[in-house]
Order: sequence, then C-alpha cells, then structure tokens
Amino acid sequence: MNILETHHITKYFLEPVKFQVLKDISFSVQKGEFLSMIGKSGSGKSTLLYVLSTMDTDYEGKLTIDGEMVTGKSLDDLAILRNHKIGFVFQFHYLLPEFSCLKNVMIPALKLGKYSQKEIEEQAYQRLDTLGLRDQALKPASKLSGGQQQRVAIARALINNPLIIMCDEPTGNLDSKNSAIVFEIFKELTSSLGQTIIAVTHDEDFARNSDRIIEMRDGVL
Amino acid sequence: MNINNDIGTTYLITNKKMTLVAILGITLGMSIYIFMNCMVVGFDKTSNDSIFKNTAHIRVFRDDVVSRPLAPDITKKAVIINPKVVPASNTIINPDEVVSLAKKHPDVVNVTPQVTTTMFYNIGKTQVPGIATGILPNEADQMFNIRSTIVEGSFEKLQSNLNAIAIGSGVAEKLSLAIDDNINISSPKGVSKNMKIVAIFKTNNSIVDKSKSYINLSTAQQLLRENNTYVTDINVNVKDPENCDQISKDLKVLTGYSSESWKQANETMVAGFRMRRIVITFISYTILIVAGFGIYNILNMTVSQKINDISILKAIGFRGKDVVRIFLTQAMSIGLMGVVSGCILAVILITLLKKVYIGGDIGYFPIDYELTKFLQGIGVGLIISFFAGYLPARKAAQVDPVSIFRR
Ligand SMILES: Nc1ncnc2c1ncn2[C@@H]1O[C@H](COP(=O)(O)OP(=O)(O)OP(=O)(O)O)[C@@H](O)[C@H]1O
Ligand SMILES: [Mg+2]
Repeated sequence: MNILETHHITKYFLEPVKFQVLKDISFSVQKGEFLSMIGKSGSGKSTLLYVLSTMDTDYEGKLTIDGEMVTGKSLDDLAILRNHKIGFVFQFHYLLPEFSCLKNVMIPALKLGKYSQKEIEEQAYQRLDTLGLRDQALKPASKLSGGQQQRVAIARALINNPLIIMCDEPTGNLDSKNSAIVFEIFKELTSSLGQTIIAVTHDEDFARNSDRIIEMRDGVL
Repeated sequence: MNINNDIGTTYLITNKKMTLVAILGITLGMSIYIFMNCMVVGFDKTSNDSIFKNTAHIRVFRDDVVSRPLAPDITKKAVIINPKVVPASNTIINPDEVVSLAKKHPDVVNVTPQVTTTMFYNIGKTQVPGIATGILPNEADQMFNIRSTIVEGSFEKLQSNLNAIAIGSGVAEKLSLAIDDNINISSPKGVSKNMKIVAIFKTNNSIVDKSKSYINLSTAQQLLRENNTYVTDINVNVKDPENCDQISKDLKVLTGYSSESWKQANETMVAGFRMRRIVITFISYTILIVAGFGIYNILNMTVSQKINDISILKAIGFRGKDVVRIFLTQAMSIGLMGVVSGCILAVILITLLKKVYIGGDIGYFPIDYELTKFLQGIGVGLIISFFAGYLPARKAAQVDPVSIFRR
C-alpha cells in the first residue's frame, strides 16, 4: 500500500530569478518503507521534503498521504493532518528553548489530546530513555548540546506514533554511536510498527542500510 | 491546562521583565482611568447638589402671554399690530390638579408648589430688596434639602408659625439680624408684615444668601393679596435628573403650562460640565490606549523573538488559531493582572484623595468609589488588551514556517 504519492510535483522559486527547484517529481512510498534521499547540496532535497510535509503548499502537481488528497486542503486541515500523521525532524531548527526537553517531546501529544497528561509524560520519558536522554529530561532545551537537541527532536517526532516520519539530516550532528542508535530506532519503527520513514541524509552508511535510496539531482529524481 | 495557554504562560514567565513592564503600564493606565472617571462623577455630583439646592429638576409655570390681534386672518388685510405682554397674572389656575397630574408621571418623585415674590426687608428707614419664596416647608425641604443649609436656628419652626421667616446669611449680616429678631417685610402689592426670624441659611451662593428668604406659602399668598390657590411655580423632582428634558416635555403636554428643566435653566453651567466630562474622558481613554500600546509592543517583540518557535509549532501541527491563542493568552493575562492591580491602585488613590480637605461648600475632595466606573474601566481595559494582543497574534499566526526553516 502506498502511504505517500506525488504526481508531477513542480516548484519554482521566483526570487531572485525564476528558478525551477523541483522538476516533475512523481514517486511513491510504501507503508513501512525506510527511504533515504541523497543528493548534492542545493539539489532540492529540503525543498521537496517541505512539500511532502505539507508545510509548503506553493507547488504544482498533486500529493496524497495515506490515500487522502492533500493538495488544496486548508492550512488548518493540513496542521491537523501533520499533528496526526507526520513527525518531522528539521535540518537546523530543533526545539523550543524555553521548555524542558520533556515538555518539548510532550507538546505534539498534548496538542493531539488523545492521552492524559500523565500517560503522555510516561511515553515521553520512554522515548527519551531509548535515545539515552533520560537524565536530561528536565533540563531546558537551550542547555543541551546540538546532538542532544537533535535526539530530543527525534523523540518529539516519534511521540504521536505518526504514519510518516520525515527527517532532514537526522544524524547530521551525531557521532557514529548515536547515529547507529537513531538508525536502529528507525529500522525498528518501520519493521515492527509499520511506520514509514523518509530521511534526507549525507551519511553513506545510513543511506546504504535503508530499504531504498532515491537520489536528487538538480530537481529531478 | 490547554497546551496553547500552557505555552503562552511559559513565555510570560520566561520573559518576566517584559511582562512586568506591560502589566505596570496597564496598571497605571487603568487606575488613572478609573480615578479620573470617579472624579468626574464626584465633580458632577457636587455641582448638581449645589444647583439642586435652589433649583428643582423641573419647574412648571405659566409663561407670559403675548397679545395677538383679534382679526382672524392677518395675512390678507393690512393690520397694524402692537404685541404686548398680556397683563394677566402668572398664576397657575388649578395648582392642585397640576400637582396631582405631575405626581402620576412614573418618573416623578416629588412635587411641591411655590410662590415667589420680590419684596423689601425694612429696618427703620432702610429698605433692602430681596426675594421671598413661599413654600410648604416640609415638602420643599424634601426637594431642596434646605435643612442642610441651615447654619443657625431651626427650620422646623417655619412649619408651625405662619409669621416665621428663614433668611439668608447675607441678609442677616447686612441687616445685623439674629435668630428671634423681628423684621418687617413689604411686598410690591403694598402689604407689609412683621416676621420672626427662626432660621438662617447659607448656600455659599452669595447672591442667593444676600437676597433670598423662605416663608410659608400662605404668607406669600397674603403678601400678594391672593387667595390660597395662587401658585407661581410648581417644582418637580424626578428620579434621574439627567433624564429631565424628556419628562419636562411630558409635563408640558400633560399640564398645558410651560415647563423648564434644570438643564435649560442652567444652560451655561451644564455646558461647562459637559466640556469637563469630555476632556477628562478623552484624557483617560488616551492613557489607557497608550497602556494598550505597551502590550502591543511587547507582544510584537515576543512574536519576532519566537518566530522560530512559532514555525516549529506550526510544523508540529498547531493551527493558525492555536498560535493566536498562545499569544492572546499572554495579552489577556497581562491585561487581567494589570486590570486587577489597576483597580487596587485606583482604590488606594481614591481613598487618599477622599481625605483631602478642600474647603468652601465642597469640604472634602468630591470623589467616591463608583462601581460603574470600575466595571467600565475593567471592560475597556480588557477590550484594549484583547486588541493589543490580537494584532501581533494574528501576525504570528500568518508566519510561514518553511520560509523560516530555509533561513
Ligand atoms: N527561498 C528561496 N528562494 C530562492 N531559491 C531558494 C530558496 N530556498 C532554496 N533555494 C534554492 O533551491 C535549491 C534547493 O535548495 P534546498 O534547500 O532544497 O537544497 P538541499 O538539497 O536541501 O541542500 P542541502 O543538502 O545543503 O541541505 C538551492 O539551489 C537553493 O539555492
Ligand atoms: Mg537541505
């Protein structure tokens, strides 16, 4: 079953000069697949990921997620959809600095409002535990190192058990040991929980060990 | 707690200094707004009180009539006319009927007849002109609160003694009169009477104090050689003096006589009050709006600072209205805390000023805790906080996360 499909997605940047970043991109991702996207810097990986994440709505073509047509939905509906179905790990911007790590992880679940505060807290602790951050849980996020922050962001992306987790360089700031941990977690999620992962990466090993690799080259797959 | 409010509150707490400054702004604006508006109420009350000591809310009287030509149609023929005031007396022909008619009006609380006449106070060969007001002492006291102006003697004695008179303090001084002295008064109709002074009043309006005196209605009628139905004015007090113009019109229609409200009778003064009210209202609103700008500024700053957070929240699945709520929570919390402390400060200011002695017929500074003004202030303060927060919040809601992530 295809959890995500794109049909002829094309995107232009008009400033400073008209420039086509994404050129007629059509592909599909299966449920439970662990997909890596590689490509040179500036080839349009992040741009595509923003389109797939439903945050960028300024494109041509069609996008469906979980069998649902996403293109053309209202911003509010898209926000709800993201909250329910998509977890996102950003390339540079990670956490809300004034909140504790625990709170950062909890926020998407609190927004979703499916579980009680207590249950959410427990789940959040569990996630932080697997990522080796239990002892950092109550520190404010701004007091953590870059790698630690990135792991908290991953824990946050996982908290709502999203159908799709999208990551932009999830291991960019991590040492090989922690990269391996993150990779294992992702692998586990796809195989046992049937979650889908789309990860942009520069990490050769990471990409090689995933289910499928797609390469982006100047806006074409 | 809702997660939106939770996040908003956290921002408030982590930004203590800015929050405090904004609260302080609202506190000051709020307290001054309430304080000034309570002051206006106090001013209006004292001014009105001093007016209502001499003037009824509405006066029903018979106006002079100008003569009209007897010719039925003066447009067709050449008619020489010479209009003049008809030399009829100003009496209200059926005072009892007018009184009972006026009393039937739902807004009327008090009705009392009155006869006013010019006269002279005579001491030896000295004649001092003055005005005698014939009243039914108890009814008139209810209306004008004459008792509160009595400085010597007792007003009660006027009721029991038809030859008693209550004179103004200025008259007493000019003629060196004291309580229990006798004085001869004479009317324009040539009637003169020996009266006994039972009370001296002081209204702090020196023209009144130097000329006016109160006597019994029937004595005044005798002075004018009139019978006991002769009445020049019928004074009417109503529930809400601010509302007197409409009732005045009603009474005019109801009784067929002319009527004049205190506002018409004191037009210049009333215009002055209105001006005072407008100026103070304007200033107090301005101060409150400036305080609102404080909230607006601080929230605008917060939104710019937190633009990253906002983008992340939107990526996580917060809708535009969730973001609006986060920032409105902050604005309304600031507003609420400012309003509460503003009310407290206003109470303190009013309490202090109430104790300041001004002197004259005002006495202590005329200000009081006006509940309506407090409520009004709270309402306006919260509305201003809402809008001061809503504008930056809407800006935050419109943040495009992708454009922030790309930076
Ligand atoms: N706001 C923008 N306006 C115009 N051009 C842009 C804008 N954002 C990105 N680009 C251009 O779009 C292209 C793709 O950018 P994108 O960020 O998707 O690259 P990327 O593949 O993620 O690179 P990296 O591996 O360095 O993260 C680049 O050439 C970039 O210069
Ligand atoms: Mg990128």
